[in-house]
Parts: sequence; C-alpha cells; structure tokens
Amino acid sequence: MTAVVTRDAAGPRPATRSAARRGAWTYGLLGFVVAVALWELVTRVWLTSNAQLAAPEDVVVALGRLVTEGTFWAETGRTLRAWAIGLGLSLALGVVVGVVIGSSTVVWHALRPTLDFLRSVPGIALMPLTLLLWGPTLRSDVFLIVFGTVWTLIVQTTYGVRAVDEMTLETARSFGFNRLQRIVLVVLPSSLPYLATGLRIASSVAITVAISAELLIGNPGLGNQIGLARSYGQFTDMYALILTSGVLGVVLQAGSTALERRFLRWHESQRGVRE
Amino acid sequence: MHNRWVLRGVELVATAAIFAVVWIVVGSNRSYIAVPVPDMLKTFWSVWTSDHLWTDALPSLRRLAIGYVAAVVISVSLGFLLGMSRRLRLACLPVMGFVRAIPPVALLPIFLVVFGVGDVMRISIIVFVCAWPILLNTLDGLGELDATMMAATRSYHIAGWDRLFRVLLPAISPRVLAGMRTSLSLAVLLLVASEMLASSGGIGFFLFQSQQAFKLSEMWAAVILLGLLGYVLNVGFSVVERRLLRWHASTRRD
Repeated sequence: MTAVVTRDAAGPRPATRSAARRGAWTYGLLGFVVAVALWELVTRVWLTSNAQLAAPEDVVVALGRLVTEGTFWAETGRTLRAWAIGLGLSLALGVVVGVVIGSSTVVWHALRPTLDFLRSVPGIALMPLTLLLWGPTLRSDVFLIVFGTVWTLIVQTTYGVRAVDEMTLETARSFGFNRLQRIVLVVLPSSLPYLATGLRIASSVAITVAISAELLIGNPGLGNQIGLARSYGQFTDMYALILTSGVLGVVLQAGSTALERRFLRWHESQRGVRE
Repeated sequence: MHNRWVLRGVELVATAAIFAVVWIVVGSNRSYIAVPVPDMLKTFWSVWTSDHLWTDALPSLRRLAIGYVAAVVISVSLGFLLGMSRRLRLACLPVMGFVRAIPPVALLPIFLVVFGVGDVMRISIIVFVCAWPILLNTLDGLGELDATMMAATRSYHIAGWDRLFRVLLPAISPRVLAGMRTSLSLAVLLLVASEMLASSGGIGFFLFQSQQAFKLSEMWAAVILLGLLGYVLNVGFSVVERRLLRWHASTRRD
C-alpha cells in the first residue's frame, strides 16, 4: 500500500498531452493483446477436453462469415428496433409524466412511494408474464424495455424539474410567459442534464433488457440467435454473437455519451448526476 | 410551506389508494392472466411458507448474498491493485470497458460452458458482472483522493492498515457505495436469469416452471416475491448507505 493514485487533473501538461494519449492507446492495445492471448491459452489448454470452447481465431472467422449473412443483420436490426421503439416510448412517457409530477410537491409525494417500488421491481420477473400475454414478439421486448427504463426517466425528469431555478421561473412568469412556454423554454432546457443522465442509463438498460428477453424467452433478435447457436451446439457462432452484442453495447454507450456531451456542452458545469 | 407530516400523510393515503385501485382493476379484469388480488396473496402466503421456501427462496438468497459479497470484496481489492499503477490501469481499462458493455445475460452461455450447470456458475456470473461497477467506482474514488488529505496522512505517519481503513476506504466509500447500488440490481437480474436458463431450484426457476405449467397464481407469487426482494434490497441499501455516509456532504440535510 505505498502508491497513491495521483489526481488525473494534475496529469500531463499540454505539451506532452498528445504523447500521453499515444501512450494510452499503446497500453490499451497491449491490454487487448494480453486478453486475447489469455483466451487463446485457455482454449489451448482445455479445448481438447471441452469442445464447447472456441479459440479466438475461429471466432473471428465465424464472425467474418456471419456478417455476410442476411440473418445476422436482420436479427441485429430487430434488437436495435426494439431498443429504439422501447427507449423512444419510455422517453416520451417519462418526460410528460415527469414534468407533471415534478410541477407539484403534493403529486410528487403522492406518487413517490409507488414509483420507488416500481423502480426496484426487477423487470426480468415480468418476462414469463409477457410470454403468456404476447408470446415471443417485438411487443414483449418493447414492453419490458419500457418497464425497465420508464421509472428511472420519470424520476430523473422530476428531479430536473424540481431543480429548476425559482428565480428564472419567476422572471419568465413576470415576462408574461404562459405555462406551456415556461415548460418548453425554461423547465425542459434546465432539466436537460438530469434527463440526459437518465437517458444514458436507460439506453444501456434497454439493450440489456432486449438481449436478456431474447435469450431467455426467445423474443426475436440477437439474443435469441445466441440462444439458438447454443442449443444447436454451434459454439463458435455463439461466441461471435456474444462479441457482437458487446460491440453493440459499446456503440450505443459511446453514442449516448457523445450526444450528452454535444447537447450539454453549455451546461457541463452544473450537470446534476443522481444515481 | 408544506408541512412534513402532511406530505407523509399524502404519501400514505395516495399509495393506499393506488393499491386499492390496482386491487379492484385486477379483480374485475377478464384477461386470463389476471388473478384477483386476494387469491394472489393467498397463494403467495401458501407457496412461500411451504417447502418452496427451503428449495427455492432461500437457495436464491444464498446465491445472491455469496455472489454479491464476493463481488464487493474482490472488486475493491482489485481496485486498490489497479490504483497502484497508472500503466496497469491504461492497459486494463479499455478491455474492461468492452467486457462491461456486453449485456450481462449474454455472458451466461459462456459461464454455462465453463462452469456447467450448478451453483458455481450461478454465483460466479453474479460475481463477474457485479464486480465492474464497483471496480470502476473504486478507481474513480482513488483518482479523486484529496491531495491535502494525503499529504496530511503522510505527515502524521499514518500508514499500513490504519491508512487503509481510516483514510483510504472512508474517503472512497461514497464512490464504492454508488457502484454497489448499481451492482445490487444487476445481482438480482443475473440471479433470476441464471435460474431461468438452467436450474433445478430457485425463485427464477419456480417462476419459469409456474409459467410453463400455466399456474398463474404461483407465477404471480414469484413475481411479487421478486418485486418485494428488489424493493427491500433497495430500501435496505439506502438505509445502510445513509448511516455509513452520515459524515459525507451529499447526505447531509441542507
């Protein structure tokens, strides 16, 4: 216990920053090389005794073959579509309900216990239910995504609305803005940081829920393909598809972070992060 | 302006009203999937006071507890290890970022291949997935240590275990707890998922079985139990967190 991490802010000086970035890339790459080498090692040692393992080079070859097939893209598209529809619905619902709830202390308190309860219900518990109601369908995926994300979005919006500067609101009122104008021009923009945080969390929850539901109850999509590959004993394909789901996760994460940074550049200083 | 007790009252009355509405709506619903609330509660009670408590509920809780505690211990230790070397962090963080981005349930098939169908698989997937948020938060916490505080620690010759338990761990605890909160819901998710995918017992297994057999009351009993479990864990966590962080600015009343 000798070394203490130094503050990153006090890190490299501007002149050496690009060199430092190159260094970071080198080390990051090294990390991936070591990880793949470890994977290779594991399969070399155990592959003979466990045919369900697959070496990295085989998985890459499988991935190369998969990306030329239509099914792969169709199923990935289905997962993404569920993600987009679910998240979109959830966002619309969350903002509207959140603004309503956030505008009144009494309503907020009246609904808070119920919201807190619903928010902590694990959405996975509802999967068998949706299976009974709609079978393995896009609808079931969308429902589960909305259930898994909407409470967080409502609560985040509510926090945002309740954190609106009273003075700004009063100013808008005295300039004769009506209720709708106040909501659109004052309340929504200033609660945007909270909403963005909520959306970033919701986006990763949504993809997790979609893949889970597809894998566990057979909703159409990438997760279902993973499950199918497993039950057909096509383990190399299975690993390739799991890697794909990771890439999807990375892309969506990077996307939402980039969006957040772009739209909230003006707001960076007072970004509120709750949970 | 608004009296605190009045707001408490509003919370109670409104929540009771919502519950009553749900009771009535579900009771009068003709969908085959809706089970009247009294039946639901009756089944809930009879299922979870029968053998299922020992064969399903408690084994699940045990897996959850073991996996979660192991994840906390391992990831905080790893965090300190990685915290010691910037180069090690630079090498590990991108890989960790990728592994973390894989939707956790998609990792289950790999764990099935490596660990087979057993408690080892179910516990290790919880450990593996829950470790990331805590590990990353530990690293963030270590990266934000107050320089003045560390200098003071050095000047007073506080070292070894004292330094670890009285300076470093308390300093990063808000971060670690934030990570632990994220991990808590992941733990429940993976517990249920692993029991649904391959198991011979557990709440998730019971849930799936009941659905397959069209035993709707039993299925609802499992759904309610999982809902309550999620809620109790969350509330319990908040209580513990507030107690542990009473000294910290973020929890103080302003």
